[in-house]
Amino acid sequence: MEHILSLTLENKFGALSRVAGLFSGRGFNIESLSVAPTLDPSVSMMTIVTNGDERIIEQIMKQLNKVIDIIKVVDISECDFVERETALIKVHTRPEDRAEALRIADIFRANVVDSSPTSYTIEVTGDVRKVQAIINLLQPLGIKELVRTGRIAMGREPIRPAQAQSRPLAKAN
Amino acid sequence: MQLTGSEIFVEALKREGVDTIFALPGGVVLKIFDVLHQQKDIRVILTRHEQGAGHMAEGYAKATGKAGVCLITSGPGMTNVITALADAYMDSVPVVAFSGQVPTALIGNDAFQEADNIGLSRPCTKYNFLVKDVKDLAQTIKEAFYIATTGRPGPVLVDIPKDISMEKGEFHYPSSVSIRGYNPTYDGSRWKIKQAADAILKSKRPILYIGGGVLFSEASAEVKELAEMTHIPVDMTLMALGGFPGNHPLSLGMLGMHGTYVANMAMHYSDLVIAVGARFDDRVTGKVSEFCPKAKVIHVDIDPTSIRKNIHVDIPIVGDCKRVLSELNNILRATVNGDQKEQRKPWWDQLNAWKHEHPLAYEQDPKGQIKPQYLIDRLYHLTSDRDPIVSTDVGQHQMWAAQYFKLKNPRTWLTSGGLGTMGFGFPAAMGAQAAFPDRLVLCIAGDGSIQMNTQELATAVVEKLPVKVFVINNRFHGMVRQWQDLFYEGRYASSYLGQTPDFVKLAEAYGAAGVRIADVGQVDDGIREVLSIKGPVFADVPVYQFENCYPMIPAGGANHEMLLGDPPDLKKPKGTHPTGVQADSDTILTA
Repeated sequence: MEHILSLTLENKFGALSRVAGLFSGRGFNIESLSVAPTLDPSVSMMTIVTNGDERIIEQIMKQLNKVIDIIKVVDISECDFVERETALIKVHTRPEDRAEALRIADIFRANVVDSSPTSYTIEVTGDVRKVQAIINLLQPLGIKELVRTGRIAMGREPIRPAQAQSRPLAKAN
Repeated sequence: MQLTGSEIFVEALKREGVDTIFALPGGVVLKIFDVLHQQKDIRVILTRHEQGAGHMAEGYAKATGKAGVCLITSGPGMTNVITALADAYMDSVPVVAFSGQVPTALIGNDAFQEADNIGLSRPCTKYNFLVKDVKDLAQTIKEAFYIATTGRPGPVLVDIPKDISMEKGEFHYPSSVSIRGYNPTYDGSRWKIKQAADAILKSKRPILYIGGGVLFSEASAEVKELAEMTHIPVDMTLMALGGFPGNHPLSLGMLGMHGTYVANMAMHYSDLVIAVGARFDDRVTGKVSEFCPKAKVIHVDIDPTSIRKNIHVDIPIVGDCKRVLSELNNILRATVNGDQKEQRKPWWDQLNAWKHEHPLAYEQDPKGQIKPQYLIDRLYHLTSDRDPIVSTDVGQHQMWAAQYFKLKNPRTWLTSGGLGTMGFGFPAAMGAQAAFPDRLVLCIAGDGSIQMNTQELATAVVEKLPVKVFVINNRFHGMVRQWQDLFYEGRYASSYLGQTPDFVKLAEAYGAAGVRIADVGQVDDGIREVLSIKGPVFADVPVYQFENCYPMIPAGGANHEMLLGDPPDLKKPKGTHPTGVQADSDTILTA
């Protein structure tokens, strides 16, 4: 089963390879990985998409927690969450396909970020199914290049009834 | 106070209470050695190979409980120490290794003797640091010792580029450290401990299964109290030997692949396994699907990743063994009722029956050759009053030592368990001897293993480390030969060593003493002679070559399916050896 893990880790050289080494050294699979600093420049957030049964995920979580550069590990997919991925797709366009390419981009609310007489570069953002859907539609036109960011994810803020908001929020999470 | 990086290094080590380091110099660490040379508080033991330095640091750490420290140079110095770091990582030994590195401006330049020390050591250390600014050096060293010795201990590497060792910086040694990503759990959940106590009181056939964690957390007294209070039998892993007295009436000895019959049967038929500081290694569980089929499992370990890694656990308790057991003992002391000995009688009747059915046994050789078990048994009896520290290499001799040398006290057993590193025993013994110059330190080695680090004889002589090495000499990689006997129809592919060196002359060539114990009637006198010599000794003991180590659970077998002796269809020696030597014990020994 697919799991999305959200890691808070030290923004230090070597931290990424500790995470990558943990996965490769134990034969765990990384589907996608994305990482960037947070508001606090000493800390990075990393989103890892991985697969495994319950036992493997438990081991992955424990092993990640054991890595000294990792401050916190959350299995986002255990709660309600939003996920996004961005893709840049360079589509080959014959003159008769150019309108079709634009139409597809429009349907998915994607942007054309570069254009040449024989190609469009389309930027699309969405959840993994949306990104996959536009790729599937553009593929018949001829995709010359495809770059995906890998997924990022965040837990949804729990919604409380309005009258409860005056209470202390100590147990909000 | 402005100090050079090298001076900061030495000052920091002193603050950590380091009295001995094991080291081998090279271009990029010369400044550090120069500063070490001008002080008296830290003894620098010059080894002949960096692997030796690493294993000595391990031996020192295992015998003292303090971090063992080694210092090596960049490039080949680093690659040579990797085996020792990997060994320490597998066996959770607190080692702090310092490596030299090319100057920061040259890192990544393929400079002379450059290696990616951080990349090389990452998978075999608990943590590693590259120091990029002399201002960070003191803090880094403090953190290195803290990480190495706390939680589940392990090796930590600090990589110091040459320019950092030369530059000056302000010296402040922090009094404490806090690392936000590293907070080991020491106190177990009280609720879980209560559950464990209930399970212990309810169980009919409980067994304590203790591992190396008992030694690291100094929990021997708590284990003993628990076992005696509840009259529960104790199985020890290879790493736990000495953690519970081997000659205690509640001890069943070692369990696992070459464990005793009773220890393995007790595990298999128990209804409650109380695992303390052990990690259910494959050499202990055998076939996982048939491991302890009827038992509930309580697992106490400081490392959450050890729990439920290999087998299902019913009551997981993450915490320090000592604290968890003393809490458990407090609860049990208040709740235990009735005569535990009486209540456990049916279980003990069964255990005693197993004990008598198949005790550890061997037969003397009809042709009068020394049996390895006999030598180890005699060595045990002739030295047990001196509470020796015993180290081993890896192989048959290691298993026989584990079976026959009944250690009474913690931190007297130095062996390479997880990684199974041949060549570990001799330098580890020297590391322990450096920590305890007045104690008797024995190394039980095989003729195959010992040849992986004989260069350290020079260190033993020069540094006056009088370890007594017994080379169980069968001219084979014995354990390999045993597996070839059992699973490869006796084809001794590359297990026959042929002409091993004359270990007596080898020792003498280095200025150590050499003794040969060749006659079964002279074993006691020979051992006494070795013990009477002041300096380091190599005792060469030619033994019966085809002895196999039993009991044995073949790899992948279940714990109750032990081989208790050579199978009847095993004819040995078999056929002609590939070298053309008739594989007959007499011919090979005199070849």
